[in-house]
Formats: sequence, C-alpha cells, structure tokens
Amino acid sequence: MSATTFGWLILLFPLLGTILIGLGFRRLSGTAAGWLGTLAIALAFASSVGALISLLGDSESHRELTSSLWNYAVTVGVDAKLSILVDPLSVFMVLIVSGVSTLIHIYSIAYMKSDRGYARYFAYLNYFVFSMLLLVLAGNFVLLIVGWAFVGAASYLLISFWYRRTTATSAGIKAFLINTFGDVGLILGTFFIFRKTGTLDFEKTFQLVPHVFAHNGTDLVAGCLLLLVGAFAKSAQVPLHTWLPDAMEGPTPVSALIHAATMVTAGVYLIARMHPLFEHAPTAADVGAIGGCATLLIAASIAIVQTDLKRVIAYSTMSQIGYMIMAVSVGAYSAGLFHLMTHSFFKALLFMAAGSLISAMGGEQSLDRMRGFRKAMPFTFICFVIGGLALSGLPPFSGWLSKDDILGYLDDRGGGFEILGIMGYVGALLTGIYTFRMIFRAFFGEPVEEARELEQGHLVHHDTPTNPQTGEVEDTDVGFPGPEHHIAERDWAMKVPMAMLALLALVGGVLQIPGVDHSITRFLAPTFADSRLAHIEPSTGADWTGLVIGAVIAIIGISIAYRIWVAKPGTSARLQARLPAVHTFLYNKWYFDEVIDFAVVRPVLWLGRFTSSTLERGLIGGGVTGGATGIVRAWSAAVRRAQTGFLRYYVAAMLLGIGCMALYFLIEAT
Amino acid sequence: MAIGWYLAVSALIFCIGAVGVMIRPNPLVILLCLELMLNAGNLALVAFSRMWGAADGQIFALFVLVVAACEVTVGLGLIVAIYRRQMPVNVDDLSELHG
Amino acid sequence: MSAVLFFIAAIGVLTGAIGVVMLRNPFYSVLALVVHLIALAALFLLLRAEFVAAAQVVVYAGAVMVLYVFVVAYIGGADQPLHRPAGALKVLGPIFGLALAVELCIAMLGSALKGIGGKGAPYVFGFGTPRQIGQLFLTTYLLPFELASLLLMVAAVGAVVLARRRRGLEGTEEFEDQLVAAPRPAYTGTMAEVAGIRQGAGTTTEPDRQTEPIGAATGSKDRSSKGGW
Repeated sequence: MSATTFGWLILLFPLLGTILIGLGFRRLSGTAAGWLGTLAIALAFASSVGALISLLGDSESHRELTSSLWNYAVTVGVDAKLSILVDPLSVFMVLIVSGVSTLIHIYSIAYMKSDRGYARYFAYLNYFVFSMLLLVLAGNFVLLIVGWAFVGAASYLLISFWYRRTTATSAGIKAFLINTFGDVGLILGTFFIFRKTGTLDFEKTFQLVPHVFAHNGTDLVAGCLLLLVGAFAKSAQVPLHTWLPDAMEGPTPVSALIHAATMVTAGVYLIARMHPLFEHAPTAADVGAIGGCATLLIAASIAIVQTDLKRVIAYSTMSQIGYMIMAVSVGAYSAGLFHLMTHSFFKALLFMAAGSLISAMGGEQSLDRMRGFRKAMPFTFICFVIGGLALSGLPPFSGWLSKDDILGYLDDRGGGFEILGIMGYVGALLTGIYTFRMIFRAFFGEPVEEARELEQGHLVHHDTPTNPQTGEVEDTDVGFPGPEHHIAERDWAMKVPMAMLALLALVGGVLQIPGVDHSITRFLAPTFADSRLAHIEPSTGADWTGLVIGAVIAIIGISIAYRIWVAKPGTSARLQARLPAVHTFLYNKWYFDEVIDFAVVRPVLWLGRFTSSTLERGLIGGGVTGGATGIVRAWSAAVRRAQTGFLRYYVAAMLLGIGCMALYFLIEAT
Repeated sequence: MAIGWYLAVSALIFCIGAVGVMIRPNPLVILLCLELMLNAGNLALVAFSRMWGAADGQIFALFVLVVAACEVTVGLGLIVAIYRRQMPVNVDDLSELHG
Repeated sequence: MSAVLFFIAAIGVLTGAIGVVMLRNPFYSVLALVVHLIALAALFLLLRAEFVAAAQVVVYAGAVMVLYVFVVAYIGGADQPLHRPAGALKVLGPIFGLALAVELCIAMLGSALKGIGGKGAPYVFGFGTPRQIGQLFLTTYLLPFELASLLLMVAAVGAVVLARRRRGLEGTEEFEDQLVAAPRPAYTGTMAEVAGIRQGAGTTTEPDRQTEPIGAATGSKDRSSKGGW
C-alpha cells in the first residue's frame, strides 16, 4: 500500500474509535471502552509504521506525497480540498503522536477505571488523537486549520472533563479562549499568505513564496507573525501561556498526552512546516526565537517556586517547548524536532509518574504535603528519576543529546543567536534545579503519613473527596473523579507504558549522536531540502563541546538542588526569607494573569456589558424596536379613536365622505 | 314638469333623510329616515326611467322596494330584540362595538 | 295642470319628510312617512310609472308601514328630546346635509345631460304598465327576481329568529329551581364520603400520607453501574 493510503488509515482508525465509543457508550461495560480506544490508536500507530516503511521504500526525492480525498471548494481563486501530505516530517510527527498516545491510552485504562465518565473519556481522547493526526497530516491550510480548531476543542473537552468542578470548567474556558485567539491569528496569517499566492495547498505555496513575496517584505512578515500568534497560543509561549498551568485541572493522562507530548507541540510543527515562509521573512523568525527564549527562562524561573506537582511539570513543558520553538525559528529543524520527540517521551513519563504519586496521596497535589515516598513507591521513584535526568540533560539520556543539539546549533550560527544559546544554558541550569527540587522534595526526607501507610501496603483513601485547589468538598459521581486511586505499583496497565517510556527516554537519543549517526536529520532531509538554514551543521567537535558543557551544567543544577533540599534542609526557607520580593514575584507567575486580566479581560467585559445594557437594551431595544412599535402604537391609537361605536358619527362621516367625493367630481367636471 | 324638478325633489328628500339619521337618537326614527333616503333614490330612478323611455329604471325601483322591505323587517326585528332584553332603545347607548 | 299636481305632490313629499325628522313622537313620524309615501306615489304616477306607484302604496305604505306601526306600538315610543349627547352632530348634521343638498343641486344644474331639461322620452304605449314590468321581470331580469324572492324569505326567517324568545316559555325557570332545592336521598353526597360511610369514586379512606419532596433522598446509588457518562 502506498504511503498515502496508510495516511488515510491513520486518520480513519481514531475517527472510528471516537464514533464507536461515543455512540455505543451505554453498551460498553467495564473497561471495554478503554480497550476499544487503545485498539484504535494502536492500529493508527501500526499504520504510521506502515507509512514509514513505505516512505523509506521510496527514493529520497520522491518522499513528499499528497493525496486528495475530495474537492471541497475548487473554483476561481480558491482550491480547498481534503488533502493530506505524507512526507518525512508528517510521518515523524504521526509516529510520535500515535505511539505516545497508545501508551497513554493503556495507562488510562487503569488510571480512570473507577471514573463514572470512563467511556466519555476515551471517546474524547480518541477524538483528540484524530484531530492531532489531522493537523499533522494536513496537506493544505484548510485541513490544518480544521485540525487546529478540533485540537483546541478536544483540549477544552478534556480539561473540563470533571465538569462539576468549577475550577476545571473555568480552566477549560480559559484554555479555549486563548486557543481561539491563536486560531484567529492562524487564519488571518493564512489569509495574508493566500492573498498573494492564491493557493491554499502547501506544496504550491512553498513554491510560490520566493516569487510572490519580497524577502522580509512587510506582508510576509505580517502573515508569519500572525502564524506565530497561533503557534504561541497553542504551544503556550509567553504571552499566551497562561492557560497551560490551569489546564492541569484535567486528568493526569490528559496532561501527559495533550499538554506535554502532542498538542503543545503543534506550534513547533507549524513553524517547522512553514519554514520556507519563515526563512523568507527572517524578522518573524527572529521574533519567534526571542519569544521561545523568553519563555524558556520565564517558565523555568516560575517552576522553581511552584508548590503544585503538576504545575511544576507544566511550567517545565512550557520551558522545553520554548527550546523547540527557538530551535525551529532559527533553522535547527532536526534538532528541534528531535527534542520534540525525546521531550514527549520523558515528559509523558513524568506526568504518568506524577499521576501515580498523586493517587498515592489520595488526590492531593501539593508538594508541601508530599515527602519520603522513596521506599513506598520504588517504581514510580525510578520513573521520576529517569524522566528527571532526561529532562535535566544528563548523559546518556535522550534529553541530553536533543537539548544540546539545539544549543550547539545556536552557538554555531553565531551573532545574536549565541546569546540565545547562552540563555539556553542558563535555562538548562534552572531545569536541573527545579526538576530535582521536585524529586527530592517528594521522595526524600521523612515519609508522610500516606507514604508510611503505603509502606505497610495500605493505599490511603479519603472519605470526603475534595478539590485539590480550593479544598471544597465533592462527591464521586459523574463529573468528578472516581472514588478509587490507582498507582503504578499495583496496576500493570500503568506500569508497562511507564516502563516503555522510561526505556525510550534512556536510549532514544541514539538516533542522533553527533559524529555517529544523524538518522533524524537524514530522515527529515527531503522536507527541509529547500532550506538554507538546515544545511548549517556544526562540526562534530563543536557539537561534543556543547554536549560536555550541557552535561556539566546539568550536574551543577542537580547538585544545587541536592544541597538546598536534601543536604541542608531549611536552606530554601532561608532563601525565601531573604528574597521575599523575588519569591512573591515568581510565585505569582510574573503577574501575567493579573496583567492580562487588567489589560484584556476587564475592557472586554466592560465592552460586553456596555453593549448589552446600553446598545442592546437602550438603543436597539428601546430606540429602534421600541421606537418603531411606539410609532405604530400611536398611529393605531389615533385611528382607533374613530371607532367610537356611535352610529350617528359613522353616518356623519359617511355623508361627509360622499359630499367630498361629489365635490371632487363636480370640480373635476368644470 | 321637466325631469330636473323631480331630481331636485329627490335630492332634497335624500338630504332631509340624511340629516334625520344624524339627528335623531331613536333607532326607529333612524330607520324611517333611511326609508326616506331609499325613496329619494327610487324617485330619481323612476325619473330617469321616464327620461330615457326605458322601463329598466322602474324595475330597479321595484327591487329597491323589495330590499327596503326586507331591511325594515330585519331592522325592526333587531329593535324588538333589543327592547326585549331591557337594553336602552337609543342609538347612542348601543355603542359597544368600539375600538 | 300637471305642474299644479306636481307641486301639490312635491309639497306633500317634502312636508312628510320634514315631519319624519322633526316630530318627536315616533308614532307621528311613522304617520308622516305614510303621508310622504302616498305623495311619492302621486309623483310616480306623474312620471307614468303606474305599477311602481301601485306597488308603493300597497306594499310600502300598506304593509311595511303597518309593520312599523305595530312595532312602535309595542315599544311605545316615548317622547324623547331631539338632541342628545351627540353635541357636535347637533350642528354638524344639518350642515352636512345642507352641503350635500347644495352639491347635488349644483351637480344637477350643471349637468350635461340634455334630457333633464325636457319632459322625457316620447311616450310609448304600454310604458310602465304591469304587462311590461312583468315581461321584463320574467325575461331580462329573471335572476334578480328569483334572488329577490330568496332575499324576502331570508328576511322573514331572520325576523323570526331575532325576535323569538331564547328560553322557551316563561315559567320554566321556576321548575328548574325546584329540582335543585329538593332534598338528596339519605347517605349520599360528599359529607357521607368524608365521614367514611360511603366510598366515592377515586378516593381512599386512609389517612393522608406524607408525600416525599421531589428529589429528596434520590441519591446516585440507585443508578446501574453500566458504563455511563
């Protein structure tokens, strides 16, 4: 079968999965919905592998294949078709998405078992995977935008999965709003580009761009900046990042899949896919790089003081995506995408392990309450450590190779990009610190009560479930988390995916070891064949220098964390006391939420209320409709006064009328 | 006499009838005045019939006669019904059909 | 000669008309109208409309006015003041009438009809006779003739319907009152049901039960645990 057939199959299986689970949820009992969903995604993964093999069977120059299912609107000036593009970049993304999704589905089978909304969860999750695959496989702007919007909708549905929690629904709305803002940017950017090129197809657009746009011309820069708005919103970059920490209200597997491995990488994919445009408009690319760099520093600084376990990992995601955005903006495409791959492995692993830990705490998510779980949960501890080491960039873990691949490229390009590279190393230091702060705080030290009970073999269980954020009391019916908690040590369905991801996090880096093999760069070469920047390759020596520096920085970061939180407990309290302003600033997330609330939310609300009360009720309701009806009413009241009911007046009126008519005819006859 | 005189008489009777309808409050008298107006029309019809020498005008006048008779019948029936229900037999007080 | 007769008849017509309008007693108005109608019949005769004149006297003055007299007698037209609350019409009525009369006269005088000035078409023997009228009725104007007879029947039926009594004969209402006031048989009725002596339809004799408030104690425990939302 050709690669494009596999491409359609990749889209078909998750779609079937969501439809079947969605329609048949009443008949699916127990974990059947979970297995059905997992099967759908597993088949999609199998099709992705098939597509990969088929693509590798083609010669290098014939690896960009398109296939169109249906001409939606092909007429003068517009060519909107349902077409997919199967090329190395999309196959790469599809493999990652479907592979990690399969593992997370297996994990969710056990994790969500006692939840009343089990089938709904898997229907939504399959729908999400379908949307993400559609986004990645899209062959023209139309399907890209459709996939983009679907992914946003799926994210909303899954963040607000426990819909009876007001915090969850507010978070879902926040995410959806910011994503929609990004959607608008994406669509406007598409229009800007389409206006000049006249085509919506990717391949044709990329061919036309150098001819139709001037290098760094204002309209192309504007279009690319709008695309960046979309990418930044979806990938949670500053300043459109405020939704991601709140998105942790969703179930932990959702955080693992959507907000670590797949959806937030859509922005990275977008920039990589649109690289001909960005290379032709370097200003926009520079904006992207600076945005990514700023994000990675800001997010890392916030992660150091966060107390909610999932939010630490969320800010870590934000920071790592900053690396990827920075990479694909400056031209390090294969490095950025390599980091995307390794990041999806270890971040999903970290979230899965966090889910297990939170279950052991009976739903409690605050780091302040967790301590000393090392003996009680050895498997989870090992997964955390492997994920943390990969994240911090310690050899030989995959994260080390991918992150320093990016930083090596930046250093090699020189000029202003060197500064970005140095910032990247600073970020790496902070990464080591916050990652191991999390691990040391949760697993070392005097075990808390939940840990001690778990060591005895008794999983703690709260009688009155509460909202971890606000503490308000809930129940365990539909719309709230289920009553049971599942930890990795007890459920093999959780253990197996975590083990596989741990393995991948450990050895995934072998795909791109400098000087040894460049399989990812070579595989992605056909996609980036027309790029000038992709051909810049640092020498092996420069690469290894960067790798060594990165390893050293990671070790320094981990040891700082060790010193503050393990060797000399109380150091963090002293630091907090000495630098209260800094701590408050970082703890309040650089006050982004407050600024956005003041600058955006309040004016919009004011405008809405003003329009509703004054314009709608006063002007249109009172003035236009009220005025029109008032005039009609006055008229009819005036006319009604002729209906007196007095017969003689009627007669008099009739006679008057006859007299006037006769008069008229008399006058006319003369 | 010239036909014109008859028409003048007819016009006068018509106007007297119209004034009567407007002035009198008693429905019986109003009906009588309506008869006056109808008769005025009859006179005009017959006068014109004489003028043209065609008997069609007289046929028309006979029909008017028939219609007037029917109308009087029904009208008086109405007035009797009103009287029976103890309602005031006065056109000004019978004014419930108003808007 | 005919001019003299014309003026006598015309004066009779106008006097009758003014009498109808001005006389206070409705009975006198009816009589004035009778005078008016007979004078009008004379005018018809002057116009060679024999049959119409005869029909006028026999039908109109004879039958319709007699009907009027009966009704006036029944209702008893009391002397009523001429001018009632219609204040504006007191003045406007005559003005409108006068205006209309003036207009009609002007129309007539200024009319281009030559025939008005003359005495009419030359007399044809048989003009206005019952024979000619009858012929026209039964040939050219057959349909209106039949419809007119239908109209007469409708009017007659309508008059009967309007003037009939609604509830049949008087004296029936007392009978119905007697029925209601009669005593019920013993051990029947709602009091007996309340006291528990007798079962009514659809009631029980058990004391009131407390009904559960809606939604109270409806927990989620009862739902089946088949996979749900």
